[in-house]
Amino acid sequence: MIILENVSKSYSTGAPAINGASLHIKKGEFVFVVGNSGSGKSTLIKLLLKELNPTEGKITVNGTELSRIKRRKVPKFRRQMGVVFQDFRLLRDRNVYENVAFAQRVIQTPTRVIRKSVPAILSLVGLAEKYKAKPKQLSGGEQQRVAIARALVNNPSILLADEPTGNLDPKNSWEIMKLLEEVNKRGTTVLVVTHNREIVNAMQKRVITMKKGIIISDEEKGGYIYEN
Amino acid sequence: MRISTLLYTLKQGLKNVIRNKVFSLASMATIAACIFLFGLFYCVVANFRYMVKEAEAGVSVTVFFDEGISDEQIEEIGNLIKKRVEVDKVNYISADEAWNEFKEEYLGEYADGFENDNPLKDSASYEIYLKDVSMQSALVTYLESVDGIRQVNKSEFTADALSSLNSLVGYISGGVILILLAVALFLISNTVALGISVRKEEIGIMKLIGATDFIVRSPFIIEGMVIGLIGSAIPLLGIYLGYDKLINYIVEKFNILSTILKFLSVDIVFETLLPVGLIMGIGIGFVGSFWTVRRHLKV
Ligand SMILES: Nc1ncnc2c1ncn2[C@@H]1O[C@H](COP(=O)(O)OP(=O)(O)OP(=O)(O)O)[C@@H](O)[C@H]1O
Ligand SMILES: [Mg+2]
Repeated sequence: MIILENVSKSYSTGAPAINGASLHIKKGEFVFVVGNSGSGKSTLIKLLLKELNPTEGKITVNGTELSRIKRRKVPKFRRQMGVVFQDFRLLRDRNVYENVAFAQRVIQTPTRVIRKSVPAILSLVGLAEKYKAKPKQLSGGEQQRVAIARALVNNPSILLADEPTGNLDPKNSWEIMKLLEEVNKRGTTVLVVTHNREIVNAMQKRVITMKKGIIISDEEKGGYIYEN
Repeated sequence: MRISTLLYTLKQGLKNVIRNKVFSLASMATIAACIFLFGLFYCVVANFRYMVKEAEAGVSVTVFFDEGISDEQIEEIGNLIKKRVEVDKVNYISADEAWNEFKEEYLGEYADGFENDNPLKDSASYEIYLKDVSMQSALVTYLESVDGIRQVNKSEFTADALSSLNSLVGYISGGVILILLAVALFLISNTVALGISVRKEEIGIMKLIGATDFIVRSPFIIEGMVIGLIGSAIPLLGIYLGYDKLINYIVEKFNILSTILKFLSVDIVFETLLPVGLIMGIGIGFVGSFWTVRRHLKV
């Protein structure tokens, strides 16, 4: 599903953000990516979304090698993936329903489909009643649920989450992680970047640890390795 | 494209216009000024052309022949004249016809004293109508060199002075319109650029979700085109409503000139002005926003 072969990414300044990374994530896996600040986790996500291109190496997602995707085909490629960020990135001027529907409108889904799929996904994330609320009327945890709903509404095969609990208290963090686990159980491949040691250690999932752009460990049912 | 997508795009475009009220209004006002001037200029030119055309239709050159010339020679000269490129139409007026016309016009009932004695017996002539008045002097020069022609009477009508006035008006309006056009483009571009910067986040999300360039860009293009449409519709409507009043005013003020001052009806003027004005306005909006979107929205 996701294959990295000897991938490196250097920005124009400084040391490479990712340095010779290789990894293989199978369909339906749940993977944590951990590491110190600046270790290259967000860069990895951007590479997977083809927001950035690697300076070296090969990335394959769902059987397609990313360097072979023409610029024009990038939007179509991205529709296989949902993304969630630490800062939610909701549209402030629109309510919950419209924020989720937005993801379908921009890929030209017919309105009659949107009317069914948005309520369905909102009830999955537990926000069916709040569909009319504006983002600022919601708690952080609720906002992140909206963001997850938006990421999932187009039925992506992969969900990428970059520190989805970074702005949340422990209780909400747990709820979001449980939700992501639930999403994974329904068949979506989930990759979560996080700094939350407690949750990583408790959930017993595959853990990929990065340091200065290098994958220093990759363990099934791993734990959070903390180094300085 | 789906209807729902089209509606969504239109709605977003209109939202953009409303969200940047001040900039949108400034852009509209500039386009309006631009189209208004263009409209006025077009009205003046169209009417002017029409008047010149009307006046020109009556312009003719008359040639008289040497005394004692034979009818065959006259016919020969007639054939020569008809071959000239400048010539549209040639009428032969015999001496009798000339006399009859003269009698009617100047003598009326006193013509009886002349009886059958035609005092204009050498006044047979060709009345030559031109395709284009500006060719008059070339033709006259030629006619004067033809054997058997005694005299060439040319019309005193000269479009030259009017033509140069016409082009002066043209250059000045053209210059002002160009400047306004540049200002309008600049303002639209800024309005759209502002819209893009306000919606940076939304655009970023759209791209991550997998929206095509077309979907990401089109609301901004629509924004520009709506500004252009409104900006051109307002002055055109103004001109449409004011046109007859202005014409009436001119006719009243200058009724001495009523024989030359013939005006086109507003509907005939708008047959051309309406589509051209709207296309200009929408075109400025499209070009301004398209160009800005290309520069600021690298997808
Ligand atoms: N646009 C950029 N231009 C230049 N350097 C960058 C850019 N983005 C990231 N970097 C550098 O690349 C390295 C990896 O950054 P990245 O954002 O991937 O780290 P991270 O693991 O996500 O960190 P964090 O946990 O703080 O989010 C860092 O040294 C960072 O300074
Ligand atoms: Mg990061």
